[in-house]
Amino acid sequence: MFGKKIGAKRKYEHNVAGYVFISPWLLGFLLLTLWPIIQSFYLSFTQYSLLDSPTWVGTGNYEAIFQKDRLFVKSLVVTFTFVLFAVPIKLFFSLMVAMLLNRDLKGMSLYRTLIYFPSLIGGSIAVAALWRNMFGLDGYINHILSWFSIEGIGWVSNPKTALSTLILLSAWQFGSTMVIFLAGLKQIPRDLYESASVDGAGLFRKFYNITIPMLSPVIFFNLVLGIINAFQMFTSAFVITAGGPANSTYMYVLFLYEKAFKQFQMGYASALGWILLLIIGVLTLINFVASKYWVHYESDGGK
Amino acid sequence: MTSEAKRSWKSHLILIPFSLLMIYPVIWWIGASFKSTAELSLPSLFPEQWMWQNYTDGWAFSSQYTFTTFFANTLMMEFWNVLGGVLTAALVGYGFGRLNFRFRNFWFAVLMATLMLPAQVTVVPQYILYNKLGFVDSYIPLILPHFFGGGAFFIFLVVQFIRGIPRELDEAAQIDGASVYGIFFRIIMPLIKPALYTVGIFTFLWSWDDFFSQLLYLSSVEKFTVGLGLRMFIDQFEVQWGQLLAMSLLSVLPSAIIFFVAQKHFVEGIATTGIKG
Repeated sequence: MFGKKIGAKRKYEHNVAGYVFISPWLLGFLLLTLWPIIQSFYLSFTQYSLLDSPTWVGTGNYEAIFQKDRLFVKSLVVTFTFVLFAVPIKLFFSLMVAMLLNRDLKGMSLYRTLIYFPSLIGGSIAVAALWRNMFGLDGYINHILSWFSIEGIGWVSNPKTALSTLILLSAWQFGSTMVIFLAGLKQIPRDLYESASVDGAGLFRKFYNITIPMLSPVIFFNLVLGIINAFQMFTSAFVITAGGPANSTYMYVLFLYEKAFKQFQMGYASALGWILLLIIGVLTLINFVASKYWVHYESDGGK
Repeated sequence: MTSEAKRSWKSHLILIPFSLLMIYPVIWWIGASFKSTAELSLPSLFPEQWMWQNYTDGWAFSSQYTFTTFFANTLMMEFWNVLGGVLTAALVGYGFGRLNFRFRNFWFAVLMATLMLPAQVTVVPQYILYNKLGFVDSYIPLILPHFFGGGAFFIFLVVQFIRGIPRELDEAAQIDGASVYGIFFRIIMPLIKPALYTVGIFTFLWSWDDFFSQLLYLSSVEKFTVGLGLRMFIDQFEVQWGQLLAMSLLSVLPSAIIFFVAQKHFVEGIATTGIKG
């Protein structure tokens, strides 16, 4: 009887205390996430310029986007191209580097620092400025090329190469992905490799049969977040190329930003936001479904 | 030479050129920030004539406000962001990590789902909301979100950390008559310090680089952050590249200092979240 009472009291206490402790997040979620999402859905069916109140236009925004807006198509193509190249390149490089760094070696912490450092500052406007200068017509890159008697071009001002420059910049910032891979590699038991060596497996076989399956949950994590982040790329496209030349780097988020905060078409921009959410949602879902076929979790009994 | 020594020698052979390649643009950047415009396009790493005035002229490039204002503004904003992020991430992390309450799993799933939500979906209504409340062109839209748990990523990090702390410690304190609040302040808070360092460091770094929100919400020059100051620099009619690179370099200095001082917390922090995700 006595014990039961205490038990009941404790449970109650945790119910209240639990909500007290999570209240900052819960409040923020309701106020700055849930409510804006609902409102953005409503606004996407309206015309709204901040000055007048929103007017209902039904699916007008969506029709305009899908049927008439050439910039929408262009920005989608640019963004998908960026994601398609930037994400795998970054994943591949960071995995290779993580494997290189995953050993006990004198001076390893210095190597890690040097390799991680660019990622620390990579997303900032400062590095965007640096990049713009280095890849300019008179920039540093072209001078290096001239040593090999290759005539450089204005990498950033040429529509054919501008996007590649941004992809390269994103690849230069592979540090956080690399650190996550590194942590994953440290979890793989060494004796797996040793017994494979005894069986005569080479480097490539060990990589393919041990590293990849054992690391697959981490690869999956990096892939999902990598895609989501790549879709939201803004600063470098805004600062280095401003979407140009000839809209060749006109990223989706840049398009959304200009619609909302340059032209003040809030309804239209909300519709663009919802389309982005759907795209990312579908891709994430596909990722999760596909993961059943290639991601191995230890608790399932491995392979 | 033993085979072990041979292997490590080989690794150095790859690692040395590779890490130099990675850091090379940064070294070039340091040199270039001291160059005159004429020397900038030369491939030499360091200038023949050191232009210290790149720094002094760049610092005061706009006649009205200097980078002193921009740095002061950014650091003030950072103070509140870090304070809010660390404090509320600890509270919320404890709630999710230790307490049993109704619908906890549901709310936790919601929390994790917001991790994947692109900010662009909520940005328009948020702007409208702040605009109605008269907060546009103030720091409130930049600071306030950090007092709401500091973001899903940090809460998750603290939760993961708390789950690694043995429950016996809580239970012992409970037998001694401590309430959940007492346990949080006297047992958990001191133990999760490493995670909170990580939260603080990354809050600082990410808010420093959160150019999108700064661009959106700050419009008067007197309130500009360092990032917006640089943007103003770039938008000038004729960009003084030497000065711009000098100021850009200064703008990443705080992040660099924090990185070198707190290196240990970095790798630990990313590792705890990453591996268990």
